[in-house]
Amino acid sequence: MNITLKVWRQKGPNSLGKMETHPMSNVSEDMSFLEMMDVLNDKLIREGNEPIAFDHDCREGICGSCSMFINGEAHGPGRNVTTCQLHMRSFKDGETIHVEPWRSAAFPVIKDLAVDRSAFDRIIQSGGYVSVNTSGSTQDANAIPIPKHDADEAFDSATCIGCGACVATCKNSSAMLFVSAKVSQLSLLPQGKPEKKERVIRMVDQMDLEGFGNCTNTGACEVECPKGISITNIARMNREFLSSNLTSK
Amino acid sequence: MLDSKIPKGPLADKWSKHKNDINLVNPANKRLIDVIVVGTGLAGSSAAASLAELGYNVKSLCFQDSPRRAHSIAAQGGINAAKNYQNDGDSVYRLFYDTVKGGDYRSREANVYRLAEVSANIIDQCVAQGVPFAREYDGLLDNRSFGGVLVSRTFYAKGQTGQQLLLGAYSALSRQISKGKVNMLNRHEMMDIVKIDGKARGIIARNLITGEIERHSAHAVVLCTGGYGNVFYLSTNAMGSNVSAAWRAHKKGSFFANTSFTQIHPTCIPVSGHYQSKLTLMSESLRNDGRIWVPKNIEDVIAIREGKKRPTELSEEERDYYLERRYPAFGNLVPRDVASRAAKERCDAGFGVNKTGQAVYLDFSSAFFRYGKTEALTRGIKDASQAEILEMGRAVVKSKYGNLFDMYKQITAENPYETPMMIYPAVHYTMGGLWVDYNLMTTVPGLFAAGEANFSDHGANRLGASALMQGLADGYFVLPYTIGDYLSDDIRTGEISTDRPEFVEAEKNVKSQIAALINNKGDVPVDDFHRRLGLIMWNKCGMSRNEKALKEAIKEIQELRQEFYARVSIPGSSNDFNPELDKAMRVGDFLELGESMCLDALARDESCGGHFREEFQTEDGEALRDDLNYKFVSAWECKGVPSDAKLHKEDLVYENIELKQRSYK
Ligand SMILES: Cc1cc2nc3c(=O)[nH]c(=O)nc-3n(C[C@H](O)[C@H](O)[C@H](O)COP(=O)(O)OP(=O)(O)OC[C@H]3O[C@@H](n4cnc5c(N)ncnc54)[C@H](O)[C@@H]3O)c2cc1C
Ligand code: SF4
Ligand code: FES
Repeated sequence: MNITLKVWRQKGPNSLGKMETHPMSNVSEDMSFLEMMDVLNDKLIREGNEPIAFDHDCREGICGSCSMFINGEAHGPGRNVTTCQLHMRSFKDGETIHVEPWRSAAFPVIKDLAVDRSAFDRIIQSGGYVSVNTSGSTQDANAIPIPKHDADEAFDSATCIGCGACVATCKNSSAMLFVSAKVSQLSLLPQGKPEKKERVIRMVDQMDLEGFGNCTNTGACEVECPKGISITNIARMNREFLSSNLTSK
Repeated sequence: MLDSKIPKGPLADKWSKHKNDINLVNPANKRLIDVIVVGTGLAGSSAAASLAELGYNVKSLCFQDSPRRAHSIAAQGGINAAKNYQNDGDSVYRLFYDTVKGGDYRSREANVYRLAEVSANIIDQCVAQGVPFAREYDGLLDNRSFGGVLVSRTFYAKGQTGQQLLLGAYSALSRQISKGKVNMLNRHEMMDIVKIDGKARGIIARNLITGEIERHSAHAVVLCTGGYGNVFYLSTNAMGSNVSAAWRAHKKGSFFANTSFTQIHPTCIPVSGHYQSKLTLMSESLRNDGRIWVPKNIEDVIAIREGKKRPTELSEEERDYYLERRYPAFGNLVPRDVASRAAKERCDAGFGVNKTGQAVYLDFSSAFFRYGKTEALTRGIKDASQAEILEMGRAVVKSKYGNLFDMYKQITAENPYETPMMIYPAVHYTMGGLWVDYNLMTTVPGLFAAGEANFSDHGANRLGASALMQGLADGYFVLPYTIGDYLSDDIRTGEISTDRPEFVEAEKNVKSQIAALINNKGDVPVDDFHRRLGLIMWNKCGMSRNEKALKEAIKEIQELRQEFYARVSIPGSSNDFNPELDKAMRVGDFLELGESMCLDALARDESCGGHFREEFQTEDGEALRDDLNYKFVSAWECKGVPSDAKLHKEDLVYENIELKQRSYK
């Protein structure tokens, strides 16, 4: 198939960016989107030009590195997929494809399509953990049975890969889906319960500090989240935030 | 000369005794000691968090944009532990025995026993951190089976076990970062080790965003930099996985062990085109329920390849479940090396089922019916139709492996609930790595290696679900003790200045290597060389090896290396975010490693585990070990170019296990 790519190019965080057009022919439908980008980069390098910078690593939808805004959608068309899991068969012959980086004040562009998502790390550092030492002197893993339903629900929240698509897709650049997924995972499990109040307050404070916007319940994040993290997590976090604020003050 | 420092005494007491015997550093003094941990996978994150918790000042590096994205995140199937929750006869000894046998008797008894011993603790630790392992309806932890064993000891979190374990370790790490005990450097790549008076005292690193070259000093350096399967270009590893940190350490004096021991995983999605950038694993856990086969008759193979027949149309009699046929005791759950070679044997004989002839089926239809029938009975449906049973069975399978089935469909555009998966072996893991003693220290004092980066526990073949176990065992439970023994000599050393001439010199070397690459006016992209190297390795140092091919490969790699430095083209500058430059540095090291792997494979005139030399096989095509002459760990000392490396042998002593021909029949 033949396609036309319009790709965002930006030299650095403080430079102005622009779209660049690259026609591509003989693209195989079985190629992944990133493999198509590899082919383009190979061509650019052979012509003596700089290749397009983008983040990627596992190429199987689990590390959360890849992050392209394709034709107006975070991770492109299709639900429950990351950019690296997208295949060219999802596009039409002759199509023009727009590729841009995540756009959010909290995710500054590093170069071309690569952005800085370290704000997510700092949110986790503010409280996204159980304060248990790694000494190994913990009780037996089966000492506290956890109802399968709770464990499964915690797991579903825990599958967030920290990609930031939820932020990129939200008109307010809210990070609520990401934060609420971690808050939910830990508060659903008995091990996470003791710290649940301080945790939610600290994580939400850090989120605000990083410059993420407010949640206005549009639900756009849930649609674009590659892991299907549900906005019920946000509702749970809001409840916990409210009750924590009430009881801790 | 090589001293593995294995403690004396009975096997089961070695570790406890050693822990009692070694020197400790008192808490106040720990504050005076700096440790660098390179890598944030399971081994690195757990080590950095634990060392910081003990009180050391830790600096941690990873090349990804977040420690949570280390390659460990991609592990699917599970983690082993000798908990014996299933009461099926498991024990520390059995896990130890299975691992040594699975490794084809090429690993150290004492290390493996310690691994088995601390395994149970890992699960306790992870649960305490909030890792959401799969559970049964009674609320207790669930287990599954992996290849090469007869018990159910694998803990899992759907098909995303690595992710959940890494997020657990990452959360422990994050907690220490927030306390200021770990200084985390994301998007930083270690470029070299700095040695002072023979000891590792720091590293040279590159900030991958700005290109700046930095000096970092410490009293000890720990490499947790993962495996080097990407020397084959196509592998199941993440794109960035590389050997450079370990290789640089090797060039600074750390011996490299069992370099050629590579694990080729039997169940991966076959190659689809020349543009292919990586291969995707279909977890071994699928072999719990999937049956592997090819058609019995070559006519059916041809009809399938031409699209005239579908696999589902073949009757049971027309299928060759070759693993069940050849290995009735273990069937589809033979170890990986055995399963991979058996697939290659069938495909080489012409029975491969896709267009390229390099694929076999992994079929779930029996599992659908088996689970469906049980489900119908538990739900009290007595006269369920075949279609209903199938439907219920598919739902059960979906709950176990849903994400893997989705992944398969996403990549191949075929629905594995309706037609069998097509799979083929692919490079997956490297058992070889930096040689370490019982304390996980390399031959350079003060330089430690943990996780996949060391060679220590898996011999010539790793059992499934044991890499995660080893990474966390090393990081949470072994290093925190053993590193203290070494550092107890350093309480009066004080901070190490990065102005010392050794740092200046090392930095200068790194800068000149980078300059040479970036100023090279070549015309060929890095990936081109990487692909060509991968092909040589796969064809001549892959699933089966022979003397002639290995010798050819060595020559071809030497030539390719020369061509690389003459013709590689790296656009952009070195003071900038430049992924091509990052890649070029890594591929340069792969081009040396590849040759060393061939040399290692050539030096081992026997077959064992994943190392299959065609010249050394039994009549029925099984690996033929030579314990008399090759019961050793090969440990290579760098003497300049790979071909000058010197081989040292660490004899493996088996006091508790009787050496046997491995049999899974
Ligand atoms: C697809 C897949 C599935 C798997 N499934 C399983 C499974 O189910 N069970 C199991 O037991 N094992 C499994 N494995 C194997 C297992 O995942 C790995 O062996 C293990 O995770 C390795 O962990 P590690 O901590 O040693 O290294 P990694 O997780 O590879 O981490 C390496 C770290 O080092 C850093 N690094 C590397 N070089 C440098 C440098 N020069 N400078 C700075 N940082 C550097 C990286 O940034 C990264 O943080 C699987 C492997 C693959 C590929
Ligand atoms: S919630 Fe979804 S979209 Fe947001 S970071 Fe997590 S996985 Fe990505
Ligand atoms: S590259 Fe890892 S999720 Fe896409």
